[in-house]
Amino acid sequence: MNQLLSDFFSVFLATIQDVLPIVVIIFGFQLLVIRRQIPRFSKVLIGFVYVLIGLTLFLLGLEKALFPIGRLMAEQLTNPEFIREWSGSLDQSTALHWSDYYWVFLFAFAIGASTTIAEPSLIAVAIKANEVSGGAIGVWGLRLAVALGVAVGIALGTWRIVTGYPIHWFIIAGYIVVVIQTTFAPKLIVPLAYDSGGVTTSTVTVPLVAALGLGLAETVPGRSALIDGFGLIAFASLFPMISVMGYAQITEYLAAREKQKRVLAENEGVNNAL
Amino acid sequence: MIALFHSLLGSLRDLAPIVVVIGFFQIAVLQQPIPDFANLIVGLACVTLGLTFFIYGLELGLFPIGESMAQAFARKGSVFWLLTFAFALGFGTTVAEPALIAVAAEAARIAAQGGMIETTEQAQADYATGLRLTVAVSVGLAIVLGVLRILKGWSIQYMIIGGYVLVVLMTTLAPREIIGIAYDSGGVTTSTITVPLVTALGVGLASSIKGRNPMVDGFGLIAFASLTPMIFVMGYGMVIS
Repeated sequence: MNQLLSDFFSVFLATIQDVLPIVVIIFGFQLLVIRRQIPRFSKVLIGFVYVLIGLTLFLLGLEKALFPIGRLMAEQLTNPEFIREWSGSLDQSTALHWSDYYWVFLFAFAIGASTTIAEPSLIAVAIKANEVSGGAIGVWGLRLAVALGVAVGIALGTWRIVTGYPIHWFIIAGYIVVVIQTTFAPKLIVPLAYDSGGVTTSTVTVPLVAALGLGLAETVPGRSALIDGFGLIAFASLFPMISVMGYAQITEYLAAREKQKRVLAENEGVNNAL
Repeated sequence: MIALFHSLLGSLRDLAPIVVVIGFFQIAVLQQPIPDFANLIVGLACVTLGLTFFIYGLELGLFPIGESMAQAFARKGSVFWLLTFAFALGFGTTVAEPALIAVAAEAARIAAQGGMIETTEQAQADYATGLRLTVAVSVGLAIVLGVLRILKGWSIQYMIIGGYVLVVLMTTLAPREIIGIAYDSGGVTTSTITVPLVTALGVGLASSIKGRNPMVDGFGLIAFASLTPMIFVMGYGMVIS
Protein backbone atom coordinates (compact mmCIF):
# COMPACT_ATOMS: atom_id res chain seq x y z
CA MET A 1 0.00 0.00 0.00
CA ASN A 2 2.83 2.38 0.95
CA GLN A 3 4.58 1.45 -2.26
CA LEU A 4 1.45 2.27 -4.22
CA LEU A 5 1.08 5.64 -2.50
CA SER A 6 4.67 6.66 -3.15
CA ASP A 7 4.31 5.52 -6.77
CA PHE A 8 1.16 7.58 -7.01
CA PHE A 9 2.93 10.69 -5.78
CA SER A 10 5.90 10.34 -8.09
CA VAL A 11 3.60 9.90 -11.11
CA PHE A 12 1.44 12.75 -9.83
CA LEU A 13 4.46 15.06 -9.66
CA ALA A 14 5.50 14.10 -13.18
CA THR A 15 1.97 14.78 -14.45
CA ILE A 16 1.93 18.17 -12.75
CA GLN A 17 5.25 18.97 -14.38
CA ASP A 18 3.72 18.03 -17.69
CA VAL A 19 0.60 20.13 -17.14
CA LEU A 20 2.30 23.13 -15.57
CA PRO A 21 3.44 24.85 -18.79
CA ILE A 22 -0.10 24.55 -20.17
CA VAL A 23 -1.62 26.03 -17.02
CA VAL A 24 0.91 28.88 -17.00
CA ILE A 25 0.22 29.70 -20.67
CA ILE A 26 -3.56 29.55 -20.30
CA PHE A 27 -3.79 31.59 -17.15
CA GLY A 28 -1.03 33.97 -18.23
CA PHE A 29 -2.89 34.85 -21.42
CA GLN A 30 -6.18 34.92 -19.58
CA LEU A 31 -4.85 37.43 -17.02
CA LEU A 32 -2.58 39.57 -19.18
CA VAL A 33 -4.15 39.58 -22.62
CA ILE A 34 -7.81 38.65 -22.40
CA ARG A 35 -8.30 40.25 -18.97
CA ARG A 36 -11.68 38.77 -18.42
CA GLN A 37 -13.08 36.51 -15.76
CA ILE A 38 -13.13 32.90 -16.92
CA PRO A 39 -16.77 31.85 -17.09
CA ARG A 40 -17.60 29.37 -14.30
CA PHE A 41 -14.05 29.52 -13.04
CA SER A 42 -14.46 27.18 -10.07
CA LYS A 43 -15.92 24.46 -12.30
CA VAL A 44 -13.01 24.73 -14.70
CA LEU A 45 -10.59 24.47 -11.79
CA ILE A 46 -12.31 21.35 -10.47
CA GLY A 47 -12.17 19.97 -14.01
CA PHE A 48 -8.41 20.48 -14.10
CA VAL A 49 -8.02 18.68 -10.76
CA TYR A 50 -10.05 15.74 -12.12
CA VAL A 51 -7.88 15.65 -15.26
CA LEU A 52 -4.70 15.68 -13.17
CA ILE A 53 -5.82 12.91 -10.81
CA GLY A 54 -7.33 10.93 -13.67
CA LEU A 55 -4.22 11.08 -15.81
CA THR A 56 -2.04 10.15 -12.82
CA LEU A 57 -4.12 7.08 -11.97
CA PHE A 58 -4.30 6.12 -15.63
CA LEU A 59 -0.53 6.28 -16.16
CA LEU A 60 0.15 4.57 -12.82
CA GLY A 61 -2.19 1.71 -13.68
CA LEU A 62 -0.72 1.29 -17.17
CA GLU A 63 2.80 1.21 -15.76
CA LYS A 64 1.78 -1.25 -13.02
CA ALA A 65 -0.48 -3.64 -14.88
CA LEU A 66 -0.62 -3.40 -18.63
CA PHE A 67 2.79 -2.33 -19.87
CA PRO A 68 4.88 -5.00 -18.09
CA ILE A 69 2.70 -7.88 -19.26
CA GLY A 70 2.25 -6.36 -22.71
CA ARG A 71 5.99 -5.91 -23.18
CA LEU A 72 6.66 -9.41 -21.90
CA MET A 73 4.12 -10.83 -24.32
CA ALA A 74 5.62 -8.91 -27.23
CA GLU A 75 9.00 -10.41 -26.35
CA GLN A 76 7.66 -13.94 -26.00
CA LEU A 77 5.58 -13.84 -29.15
CA THR A 78 8.50 -12.66 -31.26
CA ASN A 79 10.85 -15.25 -29.76
CA PRO A 80 11.98 -17.55 -32.62
CA GLU A 81 11.59 -20.65 -30.42
CA PHE A 82 7.94 -19.88 -29.78
CA ILE A 83 7.34 -19.28 -33.48
CA ARG A 84 9.02 -22.58 -34.42
CA GLU A 85 6.93 -24.44 -31.92
CA TRP A 86 3.66 -23.24 -33.46
CA SER A 87 4.80 -23.50 -37.06
CA GLY A 88 5.62 -27.18 -36.52
CA SER A 89 9.07 -26.88 -38.11
CA LEU A 90 11.28 -27.63 -35.14
CA ASP A 91 14.17 -28.24 -37.49
CA GLN A 92 16.54 -25.38 -36.69
CA SER A 93 18.20 -25.40 -40.10
CA THR A 94 15.15 -24.32 -42.14
CA ALA A 95 14.54 -20.61 -42.29
CA LEU A 96 11.22 -19.32 -40.99
CA HIS A 97 8.72 -18.22 -43.60
CA TRP A 98 6.83 -14.98 -42.94
CA SER A 99 3.57 -16.92 -42.64
CA ASP A 100 4.98 -18.66 -39.54
CA TYR A 101 4.62 -15.38 -37.71
CA TYR A 102 0.81 -15.42 -37.86
CA TRP A 103 0.38 -15.10 -34.09
CA VAL A 104 2.53 -11.96 -34.16
CA PHE A 105 0.36 -10.38 -36.88
CA LEU A 106 -2.79 -11.38 -35.05
CA PHE A 107 -1.47 -9.95 -31.80
CA ALA A 108 -0.44 -6.74 -33.58
CA PHE A 109 -3.93 -6.38 -35.02
CA ALA A 110 -5.70 -7.12 -31.73
CA ILE A 111 -3.47 -4.97 -29.52
CA GLY A 112 -3.62 -2.10 -32.03
CA ALA A 113 -7.42 -2.13 -32.05
CA SER A 114 -7.90 -2.60 -28.31
CA THR A 115 -5.40 0.05 -27.17
CA THR A 116 -6.89 2.56 -29.60
CA ILE A 117 -10.34 2.04 -28.10
CA ALA A 118 -8.90 2.98 -24.69
CA GLU A 119 -6.91 5.99 -25.95
CA PRO A 120 -8.13 9.03 -23.95
CA SER A 121 -7.26 11.66 -26.57
CA LEU A 122 -9.23 9.78 -29.21
CA ILE A 123 -12.23 9.67 -26.87
CA ALA A 124 -11.90 13.45 -26.48
CA VAL A 125 -11.81 14.08 -30.22
CA ALA A 126 -14.72 11.69 -30.82
CA ILE A 127 -16.85 13.48 -28.21
CA LYS A 128 -16.10 16.83 -29.84
CA ALA A 129 -16.74 15.57 -33.37
CA ASN A 130 -20.05 14.08 -32.30
CA GLU A 131 -21.07 17.37 -30.67
CA VAL A 132 -19.99 19.53 -33.62
CA SER A 133 -21.54 17.34 -36.30
CA GLY A 134 -24.86 17.35 -34.44
CA GLY A 135 -24.68 13.58 -33.95
CA ALA A 136 -23.99 12.74 -37.61
CA ILE A 137 -20.61 11.32 -36.65
CA GLY A 138 -21.13 8.73 -33.93
CA VAL A 139 -18.62 8.56 -31.06
CA TRP A 140 -18.35 4.80 -31.51
CA GLY A 141 -18.39 4.94 -35.30
CA LEU A 142 -15.33 7.18 -35.30
CA ARG A 143 -13.53 5.26 -32.56
CA LEU A 144 -14.10 1.90 -34.25
CA ALA A 145 -13.02 3.28 -37.63
CA VAL A 146 -9.79 4.63 -36.11
CA ALA A 147 -9.22 1.39 -34.17
CA LEU A 148 -9.59 -0.64 -37.36
CA GLY A 149 -7.13 1.66 -39.11
CA VAL A 150 -4.54 1.33 -36.36
CA ALA A 151 -5.03 -2.45 -36.22
CA VAL A 152 -4.49 -2.88 -39.96
CA GLY A 153 -1.60 -0.42 -39.91
CA ILE A 154 0.28 -2.18 -37.11
CA ALA A 155 -0.39 -5.66 -38.49
CA LEU A 156 0.94 -4.53 -41.87
CA GLY A 157 3.86 -2.81 -40.14
CA THR A 158 4.90 -6.01 -38.34
CA TRP A 159 4.53 -7.94 -41.59
CA ARG A 160 6.85 -5.41 -43.20
CA ILE A 161 9.46 -5.90 -40.47
CA VAL A 162 9.34 -9.68 -40.96
CA THR A 163 9.52 -9.54 -44.75
CA GLY A 164 11.96 -6.62 -44.81
CA TYR A 165 10.37 -4.58 -47.59
CA PRO A 166 11.47 -0.92 -47.45
CA ILE A 167 9.22 1.25 -45.29
CA HIS A 168 8.90 4.14 -47.74
CA TRP A 169 7.07 2.02 -50.34
CA PHE A 170 4.28 1.46 -47.86
CA ILE A 171 4.21 5.03 -46.62
CA ILE A 172 4.21 6.50 -50.12
CA ALA A 173 1.54 4.06 -51.34
CA GLY A 174 -0.53 4.91 -48.25
CA TYR A 175 -0.28 8.64 -48.93
CA ILE A 176 -1.32 8.11 -52.54
CA VAL A 177 -4.46 6.33 -51.28
CA VAL A 178 -5.06 9.23 -48.86
CA VAL A 179 -4.78 11.77 -51.70
CA ILE A 180 -7.19 9.83 -53.91
CA GLN A 181 -9.67 9.38 -51.07
CA THR A 182 -9.45 13.07 -50.18
CA THR A 183 -10.84 14.02 -53.59
CA PHE A 184 -13.79 11.64 -53.28
CA ALA A 185 -14.64 11.62 -49.56
CA PRO A 186 -17.34 13.92 -48.10
CA LYS A 187 -15.75 17.33 -47.47
CA LEU A 188 -16.84 17.40 -43.83
CA ILE A 189 -14.81 14.37 -42.82
CA VAL A 190 -11.45 15.27 -44.34
CA PRO A 191 -10.00 17.48 -41.55
CA LEU A 192 -11.23 15.06 -38.88
CA ALA A 193 -9.67 12.13 -40.75
CA TYR A 194 -6.33 13.94 -40.91
CA ASP A 195 -6.56 14.64 -37.18
CA SER A 196 -7.28 11.05 -36.28
CA GLY A 197 -3.89 10.09 -37.66
CA GLY A 198 -2.10 12.12 -34.99
CA VAL A 199 -4.47 11.34 -32.16
CA THR A 200 -3.96 7.59 -32.14
CA THR A 201 -0.31 7.59 -31.25
CA SER A 202 -0.58 8.60 -27.66
CA THR A 203 -0.39 7.27 -24.11
CA VAL A 204 -1.54 3.67 -24.43
CA THR A 205 -0.65 2.60 -27.94
CA VAL A 206 2.92 3.83 -28.34
CA PRO A 207 4.67 1.89 -25.53
CA LEU A 208 3.10 -1.45 -26.43
CA VAL A 209 3.55 -1.04 -30.16
CA ALA A 210 7.15 0.14 -29.77
CA ALA A 211 7.91 -2.97 -27.67
CA LEU A 212 6.47 -5.17 -30.40
CA GLY A 213 8.47 -3.44 -33.14
CA LEU A 214 11.75 -3.55 -31.25
CA GLY A 215 11.18 -7.19 -30.23
CA LEU A 216 10.63 -8.18 -33.85
CA ALA A 217 13.53 -6.15 -35.20
CA GLU A 218 15.88 -7.76 -32.70
CA THR A 219 14.86 -11.37 -33.37
CA VAL A 220 14.20 -11.46 -37.11
CA PRO A 221 17.53 -12.13 -38.82
CA GLY A 222 18.92 -9.26 -40.87
CA ARG A 223 16.82 -6.50 -39.27
CA SER A 224 18.26 -3.55 -37.37
CA ALA A 225 16.51 -2.24 -34.28
CA LEU A 226 17.47 1.29 -35.29
CA ILE A 227 16.10 1.26 -38.80
CA ASP A 228 13.30 -1.32 -38.63
CA GLY A 229 12.25 -0.99 -34.99
CA PHE A 230 10.95 2.50 -35.57
CA GLY A 231 8.32 3.20 -38.13
CA LEU A 232 5.43 1.20 -36.67
CA ILE A 233 4.16 4.49 -35.30
CA ALA A 234 4.17 5.92 -38.82
CA PHE A 235 1.94 3.04 -39.94
CA ALA A 236 -0.34 3.59 -36.95
CA SER A 237 -0.87 7.23 -37.89
CA LEU A 238 -1.28 6.69 -41.64
CA PHE A 239 -3.98 4.03 -41.77
CA PRO A 240 -6.60 5.75 -39.56
CA MET A 241 -6.79 8.54 -42.17
CA ILE A 242 -7.73 5.92 -44.75
CA SER A 243 -10.19 4.08 -42.52
CA VAL A 244 -11.94 7.24 -41.26
CA MET A 245 -12.43 8.56 -44.79
CA GLY A 246 -13.54 5.08 -45.82
CA TYR A 247 -16.04 5.01 -42.96
CA ALA A 248 -17.52 8.32 -44.15
CA GLN A 249 -17.59 7.15 -47.76
CA ILE A 250 -19.41 3.94 -46.84
CA THR A 251 -21.90 5.80 -44.65
CA GLU A 252 -22.55 8.29 -47.45
CA TYR A 253 -22.94 5.55 -50.03
CA LEU A 254 -25.41 3.64 -47.86
CA ALA A 255 -27.43 6.78 -47.18
CA ALA A 256 -27.52 7.61 -50.89
CA ARG A 257 -28.65 4.09 -51.79
CA GLU A 258 -31.33 4.19 -49.11
CA LYS A 259 -32.58 7.47 -50.53
CA GLN A 260 -32.55 6.16 -54.09
CA LYS A 261 -34.57 3.14 -52.97
CA ARG A 262 -37.10 5.38 -51.27
CA VAL A 263 -37.43 7.58 -54.36
CA LEU A 264 -37.88 4.51 -56.54
CA ALA A 265 -40.50 3.09 -54.20
CA GLU A 266 -42.31 6.42 -54.15
CA ASN A 267 -42.23 6.68 -57.92
CA GLU A 268 -43.64 3.20 -58.16
CA GLY A 269 -46.38 4.17 -55.76
CA VAL A 270 -47.22 7.18 -57.92
CA ASN A 271 -47.22 5.07 -61.06
CA ASN A 272 -49.52 2.52 -59.48
CA ALA A 273 -51.87 5.22 -58.33
CA LEU A 274 -52.02 6.55 -61.86
CA MET B 1 -22.45 11.42 -8.96
CA ILE B 2 -24.67 9.44 -11.34
CA ALA B 3 -22.78 10.96 -14.26
CA LEU B 4 -19.51 9.79 -12.73
CA PHE B 5 -20.91 6.29 -12.26
CA HIS B 6 -22.06 6.21 -15.87
CA SER B 7 -18.67 7.23 -17.10
CA LEU B 8 -17.13 4.56 -14.83
CA LEU B 9 -19.17 1.95 -16.68
CA GLY B 10 -18.04 3.52 -19.94
CA SER B 11 -14.39 3.24 -18.91
CA LEU B 12 -14.82 -0.41 -17.98
CA ARG B 13 -16.23 -1.05 -21.44
CA ASP B 14 -13.38 0.90 -23.06
CA LEU B 15 -10.75 -1.15 -21.27
CA ALA B 16 -12.39 -4.55 -21.64
CA PRO B 17 -10.89 -5.22 -25.13
CA ILE B 18 -7.29 -4.85 -23.86
CA VAL B 19 -7.98 -7.22 -20.97
CA VAL B 20 -9.54 -9.77 -23.33
CA VAL B 21 -6.68 -9.55 -25.85
CA ILE B 22 -3.95 -9.85 -23.23
CA GLY B 23 -5.81 -12.62 -21.38
CA PHE B 24 -6.41 -14.61 -24.56
CA PHE B 25 -2.82 -14.42 -25.78
CA GLN B 26 -1.35 -15.13 -22.36
CA ILE B 27 -3.53 -18.14 -21.58
CA ALA B 28 -4.47 -19.64 -24.95
CA VAL B 29 -1.47 -18.81 -27.11
CA LEU B 30 1.54 -18.44 -24.84
CA GLN B 31 -0.05 -20.88 -22.35
CA GLN B 32 1.38 -19.19 -19.32
CA PRO B 33 -0.15 -18.13 -16.05
CA ILE B 34 -0.85 -14.44 -15.48
CA PRO B 35 2.09 -13.14 -13.44
CA ASP B 36 1.51 -11.10 -10.30
CA PHE B 37 -2.25 -11.27 -10.34
CA ALA B 38 -2.83 -8.89 -7.40
CA ASN B 39 -0.77 -6.13 -8.94
CA LEU B 40 -2.63 -6.56 -12.20
CA ILE B 41 -6.01 -6.09 -10.55
CA VAL B 42 -4.82 -3.00 -8.64
CA GLY B 43 -3.35 -1.60 -11.85
CA LEU B 44 -6.52 -2.22 -13.83
CA ALA B 45 -8.59 -0.54 -11.13
CA CYS B 46 -6.26 2.49 -11.33
CA VAL B 47 -6.54 2.64 -15.13
CA THR B 48 -10.34 2.43 -15.01
CA LEU B 49 -10.71 5.10 -12.33
CA GLY B 50 -8.13 7.28 -14.05
CA LEU B 51 -9.89 7.17 -17.42
CA THR B 52 -13.20 7.96 -15.70
CA PHE B 53 -11.81 11.01 -13.90
CA PHE B 54 -9.98 12.19 -17.00
CA ILE B 55 -13.09 12.11 -19.22
CA TYR B 56 -15.14 13.76 -16.47
CA GLY B 57 -12.58 16.54 -16.01
CA LEU B 58 -12.25 16.94 -19.76
CA GLU B 59 -15.83 18.08 -20.16
CA LEU B 60 -15.72 20.13 -16.97
CA GLY B 61 -12.39 21.90 -17.48
CA LEU B 62 -10.37 21.35 -20.64
CA PHE B 63 -13.10 21.71 -23.28
CA PRO B 64 -14.75 24.80 -21.73
CA ILE B 65 -11.46 26.65 -21.20
CA GLY B 66 -10.29 25.93 -24.75
CA GLU B 67 -13.55 27.16 -26.20
CA SER B 68 -13.96 30.19 -23.97
CA MET B 69 -10.44 31.34 -24.83
CA ALA B 70 -11.09 30.88 -28.53
CA GLN B 71 -14.23 32.99 -28.25
CA ALA B 72 -12.49 35.65 -26.17
CA PHE B 73 -9.72 35.95 -28.76
CA ALA B 74 -12.23 36.10 -31.60
CA ARG B 75 -14.13 38.88 -29.81
CA LYS B 76 -10.95 40.77 -29.02
CA GLY B 77 -10.06 40.66 -32.71
CA SER B 78 -6.31 40.80 -32.20
CA VAL B 79 -4.71 38.39 -34.65
CA PHE B 80 -1.28 39.07 -33.15
CA TRP B 81 -2.24 37.88 -29.68
CA LEU B 82 -4.16 34.92 -31.01
CA LEU B 83 -1.15 33.73 -33.00
CA THR B 84 1.17 34.38 -30.07
CA PHE B 85 -1.10 32.27 -27.90
CA ALA B 86 -1.20 29.55 -30.57
CA PHE B 87 2.58 29.44 -30.74
CA ALA B 88 2.98 29.45 -26.94
CA LEU B 89 0.48 26.62 -26.59
CA GLY B 90 2.22 24.46 -29.19
CA PHE B 91 5.73 25.23 -28.00
CA GLY B 92 4.96 25.08 -24.29
CA THR B 93 3.12 21.77 -24.33
CA THR B 94 5.81 20.10 -26.42
CA VAL B 95 9.10 21.31 -24.97
CA ALA B 96 8.48 19.63 -21.59
CA GLU B 97 6.86 16.48 -23.00
CA PRO B 98 8.56 13.45 -21.33
CA ALA B 99 8.14 11.25 -24.42
CA LEU B 100 9.97 13.86 -26.50
CA ILE B 101 12.81 14.15 -23.97
CA ALA B 102 13.26 10.37 -24.17
CA VAL B 103 13.21 10.33 -27.98
CA ALA B 104 15.70 13.22 -28.18
CA ALA B 105 18.16 11.49 -25.85
CA GLU B 106 17.86 8.29 -27.87
CA ALA B 107 18.40 10.21 -31.10
CA ALA B 108 21.55 11.83 -29.70
CA ARG B 109 22.94 8.40 -28.79
CA ILE B 110 22.26 7.10 -32.29
CA ALA B 111 23.79 10.17 -33.89
CA ALA B 112 26.94 9.75 -31.80
CA GLN B 113 27.18 6.07 -32.76
CA GLY B 114 26.68 6.93 -36.39
CA GLY B 115 29.54 9.44 -36.21
CA MET B 116 27.33 12.39 -37.07
CA ILE B 117 28.39 14.21 -33.91
CA GLU B 118 31.20 13.77 -31.39
CA THR B 119 30.69 11.09 -28.76
CA THR B 120 31.29 13.42 -25.82
CA GLU B 121 28.46 13.87 -23.37
CA GLN B 122 28.41 17.61 -24.05
CA ALA B 123 27.93 17.14 -27.78
CA GLN B 124 25.14 14.63 -27.20
CA ALA B 125 23.35 16.90 -24.72
CA ASP B 126 23.59 19.80 -27.16
CA TYR B 127 22.23 17.64 -29.96
CA ALA B 128 19.31 16.44 -27.81
CA THR B 129 18.45 19.97 -26.70
CA GLY B 130 18.64 21.21 -30.27
CA LEU B 131 16.33 18.46 -31.39
CA ARG B 132 13.85 19.15 -28.60
CA LEU B 133 13.74 22.86 -29.40
CA THR B 134 13.38 22.07 -33.11
CA VAL B 135 10.36 19.88 -32.45
CA ALA B 136 8.81 22.36 -30.01
CA VAL B 137 9.23 25.26 -32.46
CA SER B 138 7.79 23.15 -35.25
CA VAL B 139 4.69 22.30 -33.17
CA GLY B 140 4.30 25.98 -32.23
CA LEU B 141 4.45 26.93 -35.90
CA ALA B 142 2.03 24.13 -36.75
CA ILE B 143 -0.62 25.52 -34.41
CA VAL B 144 0.01 29.04 -35.77
CA LEU B 145 -0.41 27.76 -39.32
CA GLY B 146 -3.54 25.82 -38.37
CA VAL B 147 -5.08 28.86 -36.66
CA LEU B 148 -4.23 31.06 -39.66
CA ARG B 149 -5.96 28.51 -41.86
CA ILE B 150 -9.10 28.80 -39.73
CA LEU B 151 -8.97 32.61 -39.87
CA LYS B 152 -8.44 32.74 -43.64
CA GLY B 153 -10.60 29.75 -44.52
CA TRP B 154 -7.83 28.03 -46.52
CA SER B 155 -8.68 24.48 -47.46
CA ILE B 156 -6.71 21.91 -45.55
CA GLN B 157 -6.19 19.32 -48.31
CA TYR B 158 -3.55 21.19 -50.26
CA MET B 159 -1.60 22.13 -47.13
CA ILE B 160 -1.50 18.65 -45.64
CA ILE B 161 -0.90 16.85 -48.94
CA GLY B 162 1.78 19.38 -49.84
CA GLY B 163 3.35 18.75 -46.45
CA TYR B 164 3.41 15.01 -46.96
CA VAL B 165 4.94 15.39 -50.41
CA LEU B 166 7.67 17.40 -48.71
CA VAL B 167 8.08 14.62 -46.10
CA VAL B 168 8.49 12.02 -48.84
CA LEU B 169 11.00 14.18 -50.72
CA MET B 170 13.02 14.85 -47.57
CA THR B 171 12.98 11.15 -46.67
CA THR B 172 15.05 10.48 -49.76
CA LEU B 173 17.55 13.22 -48.87
CA ALA B 174 17.87 13.06 -45.08
CA PRO B 175 20.48 10.88 -43.34
CA ARG B 176 19.06 7.38 -42.85
CA GLU B 177 19.50 7.37 -39.06
CA ILE B 178 17.25 10.37 -38.51
CA ILE B 179 14.26 9.11 -40.53
CA GLY B 180 12.82 6.75 -37.91
CA ILE B 181 13.23 9.40 -35.22
CA ALA B 182 11.60 12.00 -37.47
CA TYR B 183 8.56 9.81 -38.15
CA ASP B 184 8.26 9.00 -34.45
CA SER B 185 8.53 12.62 -33.34
CA GLY B 186 5.37 13.35 -35.31
CA GLY B 187 3.58 10.92 -33.02
CA VAL B 188 5.01 11.88 -29.64
CA THR B 189 4.06 15.53 -29.84
CA THR B 190 0.33 15.05 -29.50
CA SER B 191 -0.15 14.33 -25.80
CA THR B 192 -3.30 13.50 -23.93
CA ILE B 193 -3.81 17.01 -22.59
CA THR B 194 -2.77 18.89 -25.71
CA VAL B 195 -5.22 17.11 -27.99
CA PRO B 196 -8.48 18.08 -26.21
CA LEU B 197 -7.26 21.66 -25.64
CA VAL B 198 -6.16 22.20 -29.21
CA THR B 199 -9.32 20.57 -30.58
CA ALA B 200 -11.51 22.80 -28.40
CA LEU B 201 -9.50 25.84 -29.51
CA GLY B 202 -9.96 25.04 -33.21
CA VAL B 203 -13.65 24.22 -32.94
CA GLY B 204 -14.25 27.27 -30.73
CA LEU B 205 -12.52 29.57 -33.21
CA ALA B 206 -14.33 28.15 -36.21
CA SER B 207 -17.69 28.51 -34.52
CA SER B 208 -17.15 32.10 -33.42
CA ILE B 209 -15.87 33.39 -36.76
CA LYS B 210 -18.56 34.19 -39.31
CA GLY B 211 -18.58 32.04 -42.40
CA ARG B 212 -16.56 29.19 -40.90
CA ASN B 213 -17.95 25.74 -40.38
CA PRO B 214 -16.68 24.10 -37.15
CA MET B 215 -16.64 20.70 -38.82
CA VAL B 216 -14.71 21.74 -41.95
CA ASP B 217 -12.53 24.43 -40.40
CA GLY B 218 -12.35 23.52 -36.72
CA PHE B 219 -10.48 20.24 -37.02
CA GLY B 220 -7.04 19.82 -38.51
CA LEU B 221 -4.80 21.44 -35.90
CA ILE B 222 -3.57 18.04 -34.67
CA ALA B 223 -2.81 17.03 -38.25
CA PHE B 224 -0.50 20.03 -38.60
CA ALA B 225 1.08 19.31 -35.22
CA SER B 226 2.01 15.79 -36.26
CA LEU B 227 3.21 16.78 -39.73
CA THR B 228 5.63 19.66 -39.12
CA PRO B 229 7.90 17.84 -36.61
CA MET B 230 8.74 15.26 -39.29
CA ILE B 231 9.79 18.00 -41.71
CA PHE B 232 11.73 19.98 -39.11
CA VAL B 233 13.52 16.96 -37.59
CA MET B 234 14.66 15.73 -41.01
CA GLY B 235 15.77 19.27 -41.77
CA TYR B 236 17.67 19.33 -38.48
CA GLY B 237 19.37 16.04 -39.38
CA MET B 238 20.37 17.39 -42.79
CA VAL B 239 21.77 20.62 -41.33
CA ILE B 240 23.77 18.84 -38.59
CA SER B 241 25.36 16.34 -40.95
